[in-house]
Amino acid sequence: MTSQTIQAHREAHAEAPAETILALNNIEVIYDRVILVLKGVSLTVPKGGIVALLGANGAGKTTTLKAISNLLRAERGDVTKGNIRFHGKEVQALSPNELVRRGCIQVMEGRHCFGHLTIEENLLTGAYTRKDGAGAIRTNLEMVYSYFPRLRERRSSQAGYTSGGEQQMCAIGRALMSKPDMILLDEPSMGLAPQLVEEIFEIVKELNSQQGVSFLLAEQNTNVALKYATYGYILEAGRIVLDGAASALRENEDVKEFYLGVAGEGRRSFKSVKHYKRRKRWLA
Amino acid sequence: MLYDIFVDPFVQMAAQPDFLLQVLWEGFVAGILYALIALGFVLIFKASGVFNFAQGIMVVFAALTLVGLHEHGVPAYLALILAIAVMGLLAYTVERVVMRPLVNQPEIILLMATIGMTYFLVGFGEFVFGGEPKSMITEELGLPTGSTAFQIGERGLLILQHIDIAAAVIAIIMVAGLGIFFNKTRIGRALRAVADDHQAALSVGISLNQIWAIVWFAAGIVALATGIMWGARSDVSFALEIIAFKALPVLILGGFTSIPGAIVGGLVIGFGEKIGEIYWGPLVGGGIESWLAYIIALIFLLFRPQGMFGERIIERV
Repeated sequence: MTSQTIQAHREAHAEAPAETILALNNIEVIYDRVILVLKGVSLTVPKGGIVALLGANGAGKTTTLKAISNLLRAERGDVTKGNIRFHGKEVQALSPNELVRRGCIQVMEGRHCFGHLTIEENLLTGAYTRKDGAGAIRTNLEMVYSYFPRLRERRSSQAGYTSGGEQQMCAIGRALMSKPDMILLDEPSMGLAPQLVEEIFEIVKELNSQQGVSFLLAEQNTNVALKYATYGYILEAGRIVLDGAASALRENEDVKEFYLGVAGEGRRSFKSVKHYKRRKRWLA
Repeated sequence: MLYDIFVDPFVQMAAQPDFLLQVLWEGFVAGILYALIALGFVLIFKASGVFNFAQGIMVVFAALTLVGLHEHGVPAYLALILAIAVMGLLAYTVERVVMRPLVNQPEIILLMATIGMTYFLVGFGEFVFGGEPKSMITEELGLPTGSTAFQIGERGLLILQHIDIAAAVIAIIMVAGLGIFFNKTRIGRALRAVADDHQAALSVGISLNQIWAIVWFAAGIVALATGIMWGARSDVSFALEIIAFKALPVLILGGFTSIPGAIVGGLVIGFGEKIGEIYWGPLVGGGIESWLAYIIALIFLLFRPQGMFGERIIERV
């Protein structure tokens, strides 16, 4: 343990329980120097929390996650305004590799397993940045297998030939191999059967409570996300329009109508649908 | 006519089996060297998707550095180590000056960049070491030079050059070494991960820049080995660059992403060329060795565009 981490732990215990691990302050993202995708997004993730980032297709969920993990630059995107703090330090200038080293890793949308590598090799690539020796990595691998017993069964098959659920588990397991404090999880429910979605979210919850990993998850499946998250943000066209505790969001009439698919009273015609009146969020 | 094409060559083969063996051996050795050059291409193509036009000139440049240093009075083994260091420096420079600024550009731009590199290396090599052909320092490096004649049957004779045997052994060791490196080490695994999905590789914290420098270095070492072997058979000169084009049909046959493919493809082209030249060449007045490989590749393209061992894209249905 370095003196820095000891310091961090001391601070963690000294401060109030609602310490933040990740804070975005008024982030603006531009692709290809012209396309404005995020128009001032601010959010915080408390240490040990599960925060959901909700919204429709193209709202900017993935862009937000990539802005944090710094994978944007590989797609010619740029954070042009605002700042991102991880463990209280600004991180927007760091390479993804350095960020993983510091404990923040992204699980990309669509799983992105290495198809020609076996499941076990996939998991081991997750430990690429670690310097704490083969023994520690081995222990970590066993830990991953204990959370995802199915991966142990498929350890020597090529990831490309495993099922969608197994690939999602593999992607999350691979991220766990880097010993992260925080996982950015992008659309874990995509293309999976409802039962599997529940299974994966259960494991996320366990990892959160047992390993103390914080999660920021981008989801279209509002229902499931709000069931497991503690707090939620709703993104619309690159802006956060609503945020609140998950329980409060579940009860919110507009969220119910737009994202959970349950109308308040009876059927309504499309004519009467108003655009959601955006709550103005001012800079802190 | 049909007899000349379909029957006579085989009659000749059967009449002089020792000569056929000699031809096959020649084909084997040529094939191994083609395979080594193709291997350099495959390494870089797999990890970065760049078709490295400069691979051929890297072979010459590596050999030239080795011989040139020795000419300036550096002992052979030290020159070998220095030549490896120079290839490392080249890899580092290429990653910094070419790959990093051009990342995310269309492939054609990277191809153009490697063509540019080719001419830079030609000019730089001539400037430093001079343009005249040099002979390889085979003996100084401790490589065998003699030849052994084997008696086959009553009057048959098979002559094996020792350097060719050495070339085969070195090539096999090199391929085995690369195989272990790719499958058993952390960096090797990362290399394959990058080849599969470079975005995902980035997301788990693999540094693409580091990986690129490593593959270019590996390709540089393969180039140096190839350069020594080719140099020992002919001279070290920029004319060697042409052999790089022989790697193209090998790649088409073997697939651009497969190491076993490069080896088998190299051997097929090597055997095909020598046998074609000796037994079928006379029908058209000889000289088919220089173009037969391309014809084989062309026919192959019609039936199996991904090559023999080109990685199948795994897609779930």
